[in-house]
Amino acid sequence: MFDSIQDISLYIVLAPLIGAIIAGLFGGQIGRVGAHTVAILGVAISFVLSALVFKWMVFDGMEPQNFSVYTWLVSEGIRFEIGFLIDELTAMMMVVVTFVSLMVHIYTVGYMSHDEENWPAGSKAGTNSYQRFFSYLSLFTFSMLMLVMANNFLQLFFGWEAVGLVSYLLIGFWSSRESAVFANMKAFLVNRVGDFGFLLGIAAVLMYFGTLDYASVFNAVEHHKDMTITIWPGSEWNIITVIGILLFIGAMGKSAQVPLHVWLPDSMEGPTPISALIHAATMVTAGIFMVARMSPVYELSEVALSFVLVIGAITALFMGLLGLVQHDIKRVVAYSTLSQLGYMTVALGVSAYAAGVFHLMTHAFFKALLFLAAGSVIIAMHHKQDMREMGGLRKYMPITWLTSLIGSLALIGAPGFSGFFSKDSIIEAVGHSTIPGAGFAYFAVLAGVFITALYSFRMYFLVFHGKERMDEHTRSHLHESPRVVTVPLILLAIPSVFIGWAYVGDMVFGDFFINAITVLPEHDVLSEVGFTSAFGMLLHGFVTAPFWLALAGVGVAYYLYMVRTDLPAKIVQLPVIKTLYAILQRNYGFDAFNNLVFGRGSRGLGTGLWKGGDTMLIDGLLVNGTARLVGWFSSVLRRVQSGYLYHYAFAMIIGLLVLFGLFVVA
Amino acid sequence: MSFEQIVFYFFSAILLLSALAVITVRNPVHAALFLVLAFFTTAALWLLLEAEFLAITLVLVYVGAVMVLFLFVVMMLDINTSTLKERLGSYLPVGGLVAVLAIAVMAAAVGRDHFGLEQYAAPERLAADASNTRMIGEQLYTVYLYPFELAAVILLVAIIAAIALTLRTRPGSRYQNIDKQVKVKRDERLRVVKMDSEERK
Amino acid sequence: MIALSDYLTVAAILFGLSVVGMFINRKNIIVLLMCIEMMLLAVNINFIAFSHYLGDVTGQIFVFFILTVAAAEAAIGLAILVVLFRNRGTINVTDMDTLKG
Repeated sequence: MFDSIQDISLYIVLAPLIGAIIAGLFGGQIGRVGAHTVAILGVAISFVLSALVFKWMVFDGMEPQNFSVYTWLVSEGIRFEIGFLIDELTAMMMVVVTFVSLMVHIYTVGYMSHDEENWPAGSKAGTNSYQRFFSYLSLFTFSMLMLVMANNFLQLFFGWEAVGLVSYLLIGFWSSRESAVFANMKAFLVNRVGDFGFLLGIAAVLMYFGTLDYASVFNAVEHHKDMTITIWPGSEWNIITVIGILLFIGAMGKSAQVPLHVWLPDSMEGPTPISALIHAATMVTAGIFMVARMSPVYELSEVALSFVLVIGAITALFMGLLGLVQHDIKRVVAYSTLSQLGYMTVALGVSAYAAGVFHLMTHAFFKALLFLAAGSVIIAMHHKQDMREMGGLRKYMPITWLTSLIGSLALIGAPGFSGFFSKDSIIEAVGHSTIPGAGFAYFAVLAGVFITALYSFRMYFLVFHGKERMDEHTRSHLHESPRVVTVPLILLAIPSVFIGWAYVGDMVFGDFFINAITVLPEHDVLSEVGFTSAFGMLLHGFVTAPFWLALAGVGVAYYLYMVRTDLPAKIVQLPVIKTLYAILQRNYGFDAFNNLVFGRGSRGLGTGLWKGGDTMLIDGLLVNGTARLVGWFSSVLRRVQSGYLYHYAFAMIIGLLVLFGLFVVA
Repeated sequence: MSFEQIVFYFFSAILLLSALAVITVRNPVHAALFLVLAFFTTAALWLLLEAEFLAITLVLVYVGAVMVLFLFVVMMLDINTSTLKERLGSYLPVGGLVAVLAIAVMAAAVGRDHFGLEQYAAPERLAADASNTRMIGEQLYTVYLYPFELAAVILLVAIIAAIALTLRTRPGSRYQNIDKQVKVKRDERLRVVKMDSEERK
Repeated sequence: MIALSDYLTVAAILFGLSVVGMFINRKNIIVLLMCIEMMLLAVNINFIAFSHYLGDVTGQIFVFFILTVAAAEAAIGLAILVVLFRNRGTINVTDMDTLKG
């Protein structure tokens, strides 16, 4: 059974799918326990086999595997296939995805146990919602695995879209809430914008390379690097640049980069487990993964890399700032996710793919941890999410508190935690880069460190320390979450601490990804950074700017939210800060802009087309107009039909006369 | 002016005058009688054209049958003629104009310029024993046999149609049911009664 | 000598009179039928005149058929008239406008 990698790959992918099908279609029959058992079992199988593949890949030195399992169709020599490419990058992603997914599955058992309270009484959608949720989770895992294991663009696109679909279903899971429906529609639409670019990128690949297979494209990419395309008259674009930017637009949608980030904060409307799974650990990393996978393409276009870098830097800095003004605990985490995704993108932009992917991995662990911890807090607070009503939860929920602290430390990059290794690698790499935009990016990531520390610990202090600001009723019911919730927290806390130690040497500075990622020598910033061991990096970490910036951030947070709790309100009242605060509160006006321009605009366009095009032109002028014209014409014509015989006779005679006259004249 | 011409103009004048009378008199009976006169004069014109058979036919069929039918209908139907006649109605100007135009156009088309004696000389007179009826008959029973048969069918159809249209059964009137009469049995009509003889008083 | 055109002209005038008759007697359907008979008569005169001047008896054959059809038409027309009068009690054409659109 476990004899070939082909079979195992198939089992890894199909196990969650089967779980999803059983839980989804037969949820009513097998009940809650049955549903979560099959779903968890499916993902667990997937995880175990992924770990096995990872072991073979990393420790047993297996060669990268590239094979196709099914040919969908062949058209003019272009093969559309389902196939798997298993190398170190894929193996790592598989483990991360299945592990986080498994943790989330287990956690969900606790989080969703009273889901019926979230539905209006008698709601039909509320029946079997628990089973349906598990089905979606497993389906999501399947989609993500299809995405990361793809060996061709078609399958990548399939996974890409499937992930988008499931995220739509999950964000709007509580479909009786208007805000949830709005959020899932928003996520879907924004992702469509990105996917449009992505699709164009794939089309460009197909057009110029004539194949969708990764390996063939990467082999041929060298021959295409000088080709150009005229997008509009008078502008010549390098096609590698065009493809790179188009594909990255897709990544901007999925990985929530400015300006396509707007869906991610709103997606917190979904249940917390999916916030952890989709919007922190896996789905949003699809874009990062994709760019890393496409490294042979991106390496050949400095313009595309620069574009990636600048977008990432903007996201890292400005989205982090938004985290400072949020009161909703999940939204703080969501904005920190955005900021961290910006870091990863920056890493990609400076060709430090390994550092980006490494940060992806560590981030997946600690961000899932933070989200699940936030979920745990939310459970305890009876689904209240406003941090202003929390405080002092440390003594009520020790496990949640401790794991949250670990997650926050990892997030701010405290030396020794996983986040430190990945984030510092990125910052060092950016510092060494010479690519256009690197200077701005370096500033952005450094400032980001301070801001990250500030908002992370603002949240930490507001929630777990200080005065207990909740009402009496809630306080009397505060208690630690059940074990299905805390065990995943603990299991996620372990890699959040140690994964950096274990792999930074190999993954970032070693040749772990040698088969999967291509970096040109002139772009190879990571080797310039030149650490060799985790310990060396740790020692170096204490004397560099990021460490002091993070420390300053924590200090400021402590001062503002523990010592002088009256200060934040006063600061906000300062003249300049007030304006700034208002801008931040409004998310820099992205939402307003989108609502105004795209929302209103497309509604206006639709209304215009409906009123002008459909009602007036098609219905009014063409359909009813034809009928009215015929009616008018016949109302004129019917006067001729007087019904009197002599009128007809008269008409005949006149006709005869005319005919005869013509005859005579001729 | 030869005799023929005198005859022609005489009958033509009567024809046109009677036609004018047909369309102008108030009484339909008079109109029908003027139409009879028009037919007679036309028959005379046809005799001038050596179409003796058709001239006789016209008199027999039209005057003898069709016009009698007309008169019959006119008299049978109790028509209030006063409502039907509107003297020189509003249509006269238009109708008159159209008619004048039509006549002018047709006269121009058939005038002496096109159909005068130069173009169509008067044919030789036929011999005294030449039979117009025979000439028509020879054509009719050879070349035009099928149309002739069809004409007979048309007449038959017209007869049946006319009868079918006008036939009606009044409710309450009594009819013989010949079918039943024929099929009747003796027992239905005759009952033999046995009874004791009675003494004559 | 009488020319062909003389006969044709007489026929044309007769036809024109019939047309006028149809207009000024537009209410009386019997006179309308009479006018139609006169029109046919005009046509027949043309046929016979041509037949005579061209020396071809075919024209007379056609007149024969036209007479047949005209007789049939008159019979059926009058029958319809009778039925019409029976059903409506009038033969006023202005009352008959059920074809009005």
